[in-house]
Amino acid sequence: MAESNNHILTMKGVYKAFPGVQALEDVDFALRKGEIHALVGENGAGKSTLIKVLTGVERPDTGTMTLEEKEIHVRSPQHAQALGISTVYQEINLCLNLTVAENILIGREPMKWGSVDWGAMNVQARQLLQRLDIDIDVTQALGSYSVAIQQMVAIVRALEISSAKILILDEPTSSLDAYETERLFEVMRKLKSDGMGIIFITHFIDQVYQVADRITVLRNGKLVGTYDVAALPRLELIAKMIGRSLTEFDDMTKIKLESSKHIKGEALLRARGLGLTGAVEPFDLDLHAGEVVGLAGLLGSGRSETARLLFGIDKPDNGTLTFAGKVIKAFSPLASIVRGISLSPEDRKADGIVDDLTVRENIILAMQASRGWFKYLSMQQQYEIADKYIQLLNIATPSADQPVKNLSGGNQQKVILARWLATNPQVLILDEPTRGIDVGAKAEVQKLVLSLAEEGKACVFISSELEEVLRTSHRIVVLRGREKVTEFTGEVDEHKLMQSIAGSEA
Amino acid sequence: MTQSKSSFTWRKITESKLFFPFIALALILLFDLIFIPRFFALTTQEGHLYGNLVDVLRNGSCVMLLGIGMTLVIATGGVDLSVGAVMAIAASVAAVMMNPVIIGLKLPPNLMKFINDPNFTYSPLWAVILVTLIVATICGLWNGLLVAYGRIQAMVATLILMIAGRGIAQLITNGVRIQIFYEPYAFIGQGWIVLPFSLYIVAAVFAIAWVLTRKTAIGMFIESVGINFRSSYFSGIDEKKIKLLAYTFCGFCAGVAGLVASSNIKTSDAYNIGLTFELDAILAVVIGGTLMAGGRFSLFASIVGALVMQAITTSMYAIGVPAFALQAIKGVVVVLVILLYSEQVRGLLHRITAQKGA
Repeated sequence: MAESNNHILTMKGVYKAFPGVQALEDVDFALRKGEIHALVGENGAGKSTLIKVLTGVERPDTGTMTLEEKEIHVRSPQHAQALGISTVYQEINLCLNLTVAENILIGREPMKWGSVDWGAMNVQARQLLQRLDIDIDVTQALGSYSVAIQQMVAIVRALEISSAKILILDEPTSSLDAYETERLFEVMRKLKSDGMGIIFITHFIDQVYQVADRITVLRNGKLVGTYDVAALPRLELIAKMIGRSLTEFDDMTKIKLESSKHIKGEALLRARGLGLTGAVEPFDLDLHAGEVVGLAGLLGSGRSETARLLFGIDKPDNGTLTFAGKVIKAFSPLASIVRGISLSPEDRKADGIVDDLTVRENIILAMQASRGWFKYLSMQQQYEIADKYIQLLNIATPSADQPVKNLSGGNQQKVILARWLATNPQVLILDEPTRGIDVGAKAEVQKLVLSLAEEGKACVFISSELEEVLRTSHRIVVLRGREKVTEFTGEVDEHKLMQSIAGSEA
Repeated sequence: MTQSKSSFTWRKITESKLFFPFIALALILLFDLIFIPRFFALTTQEGHLYGNLVDVLRNGSCVMLLGIGMTLVIATGGVDLSVGAVMAIAASVAAVMMNPVIIGLKLPPNLMKFINDPNFTYSPLWAVILVTLIVATICGLWNGLLVAYGRIQAMVATLILMIAGRGIAQLITNGVRIQIFYEPYAFIGQGWIVLPFSLYIVAAVFAIAWVLTRKTAIGMFIESVGINFRSSYFSGIDEKKIKLLAYTFCGFCAGVAGLVASSNIKTSDAYNIGLTFELDAILAVVIGGTLMAGGRFSLFASIVGALVMQAITTSMYAIGVPAFALQAIKGVVVVLVILLYSEQVRGLLHRITAQKGA
């Protein structure tokens, strides 16, 4: 019992079921005062559900929760906040059309003469941001800032709730670059020394070892165990998370070498001086059949903008794009899909899934769009296609008729991939296809990309994880400051690559 | 085991789009069964069915027609406030084509004496219907252009025609209410073939809409655009064309409703034809379970929603609520029906059924 004094929060025997899925099954969890506690697991392991139960978004079917020795029944997110449980969610839940200051202080605005004191509010917001060393104009709309800044603002907002005893960070670093991540960790360490309990959910194993004190591993809605970080080697952690060994990672190099033999001479997609003012400086790029070209660079370096140009979402004002020897004149997603170019966009929630449609409808969406309004795939064809990709990509869903919003993030990502594979593209552009998905699924996606290349497709692979780009790409294009800086082919010196991304020549 | 199985099917029923519209309709009919004697009585005269139930269907046909088009528009995430005004425009076009004297067209003297003859029309019936529907469809197209290509918010864009429409309707008839004498035209709204003829029109328009949305990819695209237009655009769906189609079809439906309404009262009454019908149509769609934010829709559920609206009206008249109090009473009943749809009430219902299962 002496130990329990140290526990700020305990959850015992938590069960939660959704239609067709047992999301949590007899899960225990305990958080100490002044610790950073990593919560890890594959997609659908139950991390998000556990957090939703803790923060009152969902009610557990059974189970008890104790906060500082008192049993609690969290009724709503507001109630959780009042109890001192603050959360920053994986998907940013802020109002992009409000100013930064409004976002931080909404609901707690400083008042004067019965109305909002805008001046005081902006000053207060600026001070709060400076705790994280962020110096931005707080009177600008939040939407005008990068996702990274938006993430920081979300954290500042969660911290601002002064009585917070527990801070939950759900994938806070997934869109931050290395420097911003380190800054966040500093803040986390400071809060920890102030006695706050921090639950840190992440897919980046490195980061777990950088900041966390203890680790709780979930798998398929069940608790695997809670461990001290020092007592759990990395490989063991990964084995516990995915329940199998990871020799696949080593296989990857072999597959890559094998597949590089298939690269053919003539470029399939060829950009010459392609650029858009304000988005990307003019660049040259050749993409061959059977080749994976990685785009590396920091956040805001122009990776996604390049992808948008190649797919025709944005119209270039410079240069030419040639596909299979023909100069492209009509730029639109539909024209590209018909041509055989696909883009899996960076922002899965906003640009990818159609959440109320079923898995089947999401998978056939782009294929049907290329067929037009009237050549409607029969139900039988639709199920055949959907089932084929559910099997091929190992999508965890009770059925093809499940609304895609009921799936975990990683499985949603696989559905999006299936949508693009179903269009049978010759060029496949993948913008952050592994963001926010777990180690096992990441390896699956990477292998898939290489096997697609082997089939003779040309792939563009964009990721903020350098290791991943290195592992999957035959060739790496480095972008910096919205400009193509250089290209690496063959054996890549990791050190040199890092330097060119960072822009230091030393 | 058996219990969990039965609770599963129960869940399937309660989660169906048709469940709540039918519950709402059943509640109103139950009320009628208890409080209004002979509400369910049906009589036959000359092979035609008469009775309160038939009245519900017949008087509800305009809102059903509007509801079909409105469903598609709302599913894209928009709304069309102009349908009532488009009905008035349609009525004016039809009336002028049958009886153009009123706008100063000089008829040859030998035709002038036929003007009040129930067998006389200046333009043939097929032309009247065709031109009327084309004009109404153009009205819808106009709305669609403003919303899809002009990027104007749907409520604002359609408000324009809602306000201007009745003025246009009066311009067409030179500010006069035109009496319609031509008998075959009256058959559209007043004819009977066992059931009121207007019901066959509803069935036909419903069939067109159903085939258009469920036998082609259009229905899925409409839902996709309504749920997430950005993802839809990235997937190659031309969301502008989809929206244009929805508003255009909605205009067409309003045109059909305008024909039925004007044939029913045998005049083109630019002030009163279709007045506040847009609101009834929107409520019908909402009762049918389509979210105002767009997304999943069910045409049949909207039809049931329209019948709920009409059943309320007919029941209120049957128990003797005076016409001037009708709108207020209707408002109260609609609130009660819509409450059925709130998350809170649904959650309560689920908890009750869950307890029963345990």
